[in-house]
Amino acid sequence: MNWLRDWMMPLAASEHAKKVDDLYIFTFWLMLAFFILIVYLTVLFPLKYKRKKEGVMTINFSHNLALELAWSVIPLILVIGLFFWGFNDYVESRVHQNDAIEVHVTANKWNWAFEYPDGSRSIKALHVPVNKPVRLILTSEDVLHAFFIPALRTKTDVIPGRYVELPFTATVAGKHQVFCAEYCGRGHSGMFAELYVDTPEQYETFLKEGPEEFKTMPLVELGKFTYNEAGCKSCHTIDGTKSEGPSFKNLWGKSEKLRDGSSVTVDESYIRESILNPTAKVVAGYEPVMPSFQGLLRDRQILGVIEYIKSLK
Amino acid sequence: MSSESYGHAAEHAFRQHHFVNSEQQFDTSKLGMWLFLATEILMFGGLFVGFGLMQANYPEAWVAGHHHLDRIMGSINTVFLLCSSFTMVMAVHASSTNQKSKTVLNLLATLAFAGGFMVIKYFEYSHKFHEGILPGRYFSYAGGGPPEQAMFFGFYFAMTGIHGVHVLIGMILIAWLTIRAQRGEFSSAYYTPVDLIGLYWHLVDLIWIYLFPLLYLVS
Amino acid sequence: MADIVATPKSQSHGDHYDVDYLNDGSLLSWLTTVDHKKLGVMYLWSILFMFFLGGVFALLVRLELMNPGQTIMTAEQYNKAFTLHGAIMVFLVIIPSIPAALGNFALPLMLGAKDVAFPRLNLLSFWIYVTGAIIATVAMVTGGVDTGWTFYTPYSTTTDGPVALMTFAAFVLGFSSILTGVNFVATVHKLRAPGMGWFKMPLFVWGIYATAIIQVLATPVLAITLLLLIFERLFGVGVFDPKLGGDPVLFQHFFWFYSHPAVYIMILPGMAIISEVIPTMSQKVFFGYKATAFSSVAIAIVSFVVWGHHMFTSGQSQLAGAIFSFLTFLVGIPSAIKVFNWITTMYKGSISLAAPMLYALMFLILFGIGGLTGIFLGTMSVDIHLHDTYFVVAHFHYVMMGSTLIAFLAGLHFWWPKMFGRMYNERAAQIAAFFVFIGFNATFLPQFLLGSRGMPRRYYDYLPEFTPLHQVSTVGSWLLGLGFVIMAGYLFASLRKKMDAPSNPWHARTLDWQTSSPPITHNFHEIPVLKQGPYDYFKPFEPSVEGYHE
Repeated sequence: MNWLRDWMMPLAASEHAKKVDDLYIFTFWLMLAFFILIVYLTVLFPLKYKRKKEGVMTINFSHNLALELAWSVIPLILVIGLFFWGFNDYVESRVHQNDAIEVHVTANKWNWAFEYPDGSRSIKALHVPVNKPVRLILTSEDVLHAFFIPALRTKTDVIPGRYVELPFTATVAGKHQVFCAEYCGRGHSGMFAELYVDTPEQYETFLKEGPEEFKTMPLVELGKFTYNEAGCKSCHTIDGTKSEGPSFKNLWGKSEKLRDGSSVTVDESYIRESILNPTAKVVAGYEPVMPSFQGLLRDRQILGVIEYIKSLK
Repeated sequence: MSSESYGHAAEHAFRQHHFVNSEQQFDTSKLGMWLFLATEILMFGGLFVGFGLMQANYPEAWVAGHHHLDRIMGSINTVFLLCSSFTMVMAVHASSTNQKSKTVLNLLATLAFAGGFMVIKYFEYSHKFHEGILPGRYFSYAGGGPPEQAMFFGFYFAMTGIHGVHVLIGMILIAWLTIRAQRGEFSSAYYTPVDLIGLYWHLVDLIWIYLFPLLYLVS
Repeated sequence: MADIVATPKSQSHGDHYDVDYLNDGSLLSWLTTVDHKKLGVMYLWSILFMFFLGGVFALLVRLELMNPGQTIMTAEQYNKAFTLHGAIMVFLVIIPSIPAALGNFALPLMLGAKDVAFPRLNLLSFWIYVTGAIIATVAMVTGGVDTGWTFYTPYSTTTDGPVALMTFAAFVLGFSSILTGVNFVATVHKLRAPGMGWFKMPLFVWGIYATAIIQVLATPVLAITLLLLIFERLFGVGVFDPKLGGDPVLFQHFFWFYSHPAVYIMILPGMAIISEVIPTMSQKVFFGYKATAFSSVAIAIVSFVVWGHHMFTSGQSQLAGAIFSFLTFLVGIPSAIKVFNWITTMYKGSISLAAPMLYALMFLILFGIGGLTGIFLGTMSVDIHLHDTYFVVAHFHYVMMGSTLIAFLAGLHFWWPKMFGRMYNERAAQIAAFFVFIGFNATFLPQFLLGSRGMPRRYYDYLPEFTPLHQVSTVGSWLLGLGFVIMAGYLFASLRKKMDAPSNPWHARTLDWQTSSPPITHNFHEIPVLKQGPYDYFKPFEPSVEGYHE
C-alpha cells in the first residue's frame, strides 16, 4: 500500500512519521470499510424499498438488541484500540533523549530564529544532523505560532511567555519544509523555515561555517547582522555615544590610547584580536569586561564586523 | 390538564392564551427563571475560575490587592444585601397572601437596601479611582506592590461591575413591581412576577456572598 | 416577506382563529408578533440573508485560493474575508438556523401547543439576534476583523480593527441563543399535548431539547469569555496576555469549553431533522427510538468534557490530552448508533425520494465522511500532524455544512409546504440537490488530501505543489453556489403561486401535520389528545386532532 501512503502523505523523514503513517493508513482502510457499508445501505434501501403505492402500512421493526449491541460495541472496541495506538505513538514521540541536541527556537511575526548549542544563530533555516535526537525549545515573542514539520508529522504551538519542547530524530537527510500552523496575521502564510537534515559532514561544515546565508550575504550586511545578533550592540553604540565599550562610529583607522599607556591604530588585526582576545589591549577609560567570542563567531562574521565598522565612518 | 377549547374566556386575566391554566403558567415561568439563573451562575462561574487560576499564579499580588479594599464597607454592603433578601421574601409572602400595603412596604425596603448598597459601592469606586487604582493599563497607584495588582483590580472591577449591573437591573425591576403592587395587580391568584424577581434578587445576593470573601478576605 | 403577506389568499370563514397565520395581521404587525410561526419565518429570512453574505465571503476566499500568491485580494483582505465567513456562518447562520428558524416554527406544533412557553421572550430573542447582526455588520464595515472566528489571544488583543465590537456582537448573539434555549426547555417540559409522554415526543423535539440544554449551559461561559476579551482590549487587564502575566492558553480553554459543545449545538438539531424526515419519508416506525433519544442527551453531556481535543498541540499535559482523546472517541459512539438507526429505519419501508429525503440521504453520506474523518483527528499521534491543516477544515465543513446545513435544507424542504402553504418544483429541487452534492464534495474532498500533505489552514498563499487540489476545490465552490442559486429560484417561485400544499403532503403522523398548511394562528382548533406514537406507521392513521382528516 505504499502508493497510497505516498499519494496521501508527504515524505516520511523519521521513524515516528512512519508510525503515524501506519496508523493513518490503517484508520483510512477501517473508515473506508465503514463508509462503504454506510453508502451501500444508504443507496440500496431507497432503491429496493422505493414507494410503489401510497398509503401502505409497513412492518413494526423498532428494535433488535443483537443488532444494536453489535453496532455499539464493535465501534467502541475499535475506537478504544485506535485510542491506545495513537496515544502510545504520541507519548513515545515526546520522550526525552538525554543526549539530544538542544536548539532554541524563537518565533515572531513572521520569522523563525534558531540558536544552536554553540551560540551560533540562523534565521529561517534549521540545521540538524541526521539520526541524532534533537530537542527544540520554542517560545514566541508576540502572538501564538505553531512550528509544523509535515515530513516529521509533528507540530507544537509556540506560546508567548512559555517554553515548549519538541523532540524529534530525523532519519532522512535533505531539505524539509517547516510551516507556521497557528494563524498569526498578515504574514502567516509566508512564515516558512527550511529544515536541513544534514549528513554528519554537512553538519560539521555548518557548525564551522555557519548557515548558508553567512556565506552569501554581503560582508557589511553580515557584519551588521552579527553586530545586532551576537550581542555587540549591548556595549558598542554606532552613533558615537560612549557605553561599556567604545562606539563603532568613526572608529576605523583611529589611534586609541590604551590602559597601559601605549597606543594602537584600529585596523583589521586589532579588531580581530579584540574579538578573540578582548582583554589583551583595552582602551583607556574602559574596564576589561568584554568576553571572548572565540568559537562563537565564524571567520566570515569577523570579517563582516570589520567591514561593518569600516562602513561606519 | 383539561381539554377545554382554545381561544375562549380565560379564567384569569393574566393567563396567556397558550397555557391551559394559571398553574401551568406559573410552573412554566418558574422553570424558565431557574434556567435563566443557571446561566447566570455559569457566567459568574467562568469569572471565578479565571480569578482562582490567576490567584494561584500571583498570590502576593492578590493579597496586596485586597489590602486596598475596605472590609468595613464590604461588610456593610453584605448586611444590606442580606437584609434586602429578607425583605424580598417578606414581599413575596405578602403578595401571595393579598396584603397589598405590606407588599409595597417590603418592596420599598428592598429598594432602599439595594440603593444603600449602590451608594457605598459608589464611594468605594470613587475612592479607588482617586488613588489611581483602576483596572489593567490604567492602574497608576503610587504606593507600589506587585505589578499583577493591576490584574487583580481588573478582576475586581469586572466582577463587582457586572454584579453592580445586576443590582441596578434588579432595582429597576423591583421599582416596576412596586408600582404594579401599588395598583393592586397582585393577589394570591397571581403573584408570579414578584416570585420570579424575588428568585433573581436572591441570586444577586448569593453571588455577592461569594464575591465578598473572595475579593475582600483573601489570605 | 412581502411576497407572502401580499398574496391575496385566505380561506378564512370570518372567525379570527381560522385565519392562516401568514395572513393574520398587517406587515407591520410582524415586527412585534409573538407568534412562534411568524418569528420562525422572520428568523428564516434573516438567517438566509446572513447565509448569502457568509457564502459570498466563502466564494471570495475560494477564488483567492485559485492560484498561489495574490489572485484577487491582499493578505489583509483575505484574513478579514475568512474571519467574517467563519463568524457569520457560525454565530449568525448555523447556531440559530435549525433551532431558531425551523425549531421555532415546528416545535410547538409538534407538541400540540399553541405557542412556545414564553412568546414575548421569543420576540425579544429575535430582536437581540437582529441587534447582534447589526453590530456585527457595523464591525464589518468599520474596518473588518482579522482574528479568525476563534478570537485567539494574544493576537485578538493586539491586532487593529474593531475586534471589541465584533466580540460584543458574538456576546449579544449568545444571549439570543440562551433565551431561545430557556424557552425551548420550558416548552418541552410544560407544554406537551395531553397523552404525549416523554417517549411519545417526536425525535426532532428530543434533539432540539438536548440542544437547548447545551445552549443554556454552555453559552454563558462564552459570554463571560468574550466579556473578558473585551475588557482585555479596553483596559489591558492582562488575563490572557503573557506580557502582563496572563495566560493565552486559558482563553482557549474557556473558548472551547463553550465552542465544542457549540459544535453539538450545531449538529444535534441537524440529526433531529434527519430523525424526523427518514421515518416519515420511509413510512416506517423509527428503529431504536429510545437509543436515538438518549444518544442526543448523551452527546449533550459528553460534549462538555471534550473541549481539550482542540488543544492537543497547545502544550497541555499528556494526561489531559489522553483523557480528552478518549472522551472524544466516546462521543463518537452515540453518533454511530444514530447513523445505524437511521439506515435501519429505511429497511423494508415505503420510501419516497422527494426532496426532503434526497437531502436526508445526502446527509447520511456526508455525515458519514464528517464523522469518520473525525476519528483520525481524535487519534492523538495522527492529530498532531493534521491539527490546523486543511484536513481539519474539510472535516468540520463536512460536519457543519455537509451535515447541519444539509439537514437544515432537508428540514426546509420538509416544512416548506407547512410554513408557506405551497409546494416547490420537485424537478428543480432534484437538480439543485445534485449540484449541491457534487459541488460540496468537489470543494471539500480535495481538502482532506491537502491537509494530509501538510497544507496549513488560514493560508493566504501556498506552495505551488498544492495548486491543482486548490483549483478543484475552487471550481467545486462554484458548483455548490450554482446549486444554491437554483434553490433560491424555485423556492421564491413557489411563493408566487397560489397556496396549493395539502395539509399533510408527506403522510406524516406527528401533530404538526394535523393542521392546515399553513397553520391557523393558534395552530389547532382543539387541543390535540395524542392517540398514537409519532412513527406508528405499522397501524392505520388515527388523527390526534378532532375532526382532522388528510
